[in-house]
Amino acid sequence: MPTVELSFSPLAAHVRTARLVATAVARRAGVEEALLDEVRLAVGEACSRAVALHARFAPGVAVQVRLTDEPDVFLVSVADQAGDHEDELEGGLESLDPDDLAAPDAEPGPLPSGFGLAVVTGLVDDTEVERTPNGTVLTMRWKATGTV
Amino acid sequence: MDLSLATKDEGDITVVEVGGEIDVYTAPKLREQLIELVSNGRYQLVVDMEGVDFLDSTGLGVLVGGLKRVRAHDGSLRLVCTQERILKIFRITGLTKVFPIHASVDEALTATD
Repeated sequence: MPTVELSFSPLAAHVRTARLVATAVARRAGVEEALLDEVRLAVGEACSRAVALHARFAPGVAVQVRLTDEPDVFLVSVADQAGDHEDELEGGLESLDPDDLAAPDAEPGPLPSGFGLAVVTGLVDDTEVERTPNGTVLTMRWKATGTV
Repeated sequence: MDLSLATKDEGDITVVEVGGEIDVYTAPKLREQLIELVSNGRYQLVVDMEGVDFLDSTGLGVLVGGLKRVRAHDGSLRLVCTQERILKIFRITGLTKVFPIHASVDEALTATD
């Protein structure tokens, strides 16, 4: 069973809550201090992605975050119920052209969808993306020395 | 909101001092500030990130949007940031290539590249 489970309304305001909880549990699980910023960013990106997808495809449905403290490993999984959606940046961060992204534009749009997910897979060594017809489960793992 | 913004004009350049966390919830506030500056004809911007504790891809997207807007008027958007944990997301996305990044506001104000 997960050590801590968090279920939150798909609102941008609660992504910070998820980041704070994940960082606290990671610290308690013995994840190295130097990695906690990575946990904070990765969990934030995963939750922001889920919130954005729920806003479009599953309004009012909670986002689920499961934080598990296992021997030597701290696991976070973020699950959305937004159905099966391709993220634009399947090629990951390597497929980005920064000059192209930053070209002059008087009415720029947001970064390509899938950018947040690409940041997670680029940043975290051990990630797993499981796509089901219901939605995606994004699992991230960090080395942990054991409960502090 | 967990984000503070302050602006100061230094001649043709406007310095935007950001504090707190720039994430999916707070980034729209920064976006609106940058849009307002551009619509007021301020095209030389310096964004001081030294007081920023957290930056995610939504925040990055707002900074890229700001850069694109000023560039449409031949302007510039420079960043002041010495925090490695904030610079990390710029590095892994290759965006250190497009944002001039400075160690201090003074350095950003006197840069000519």
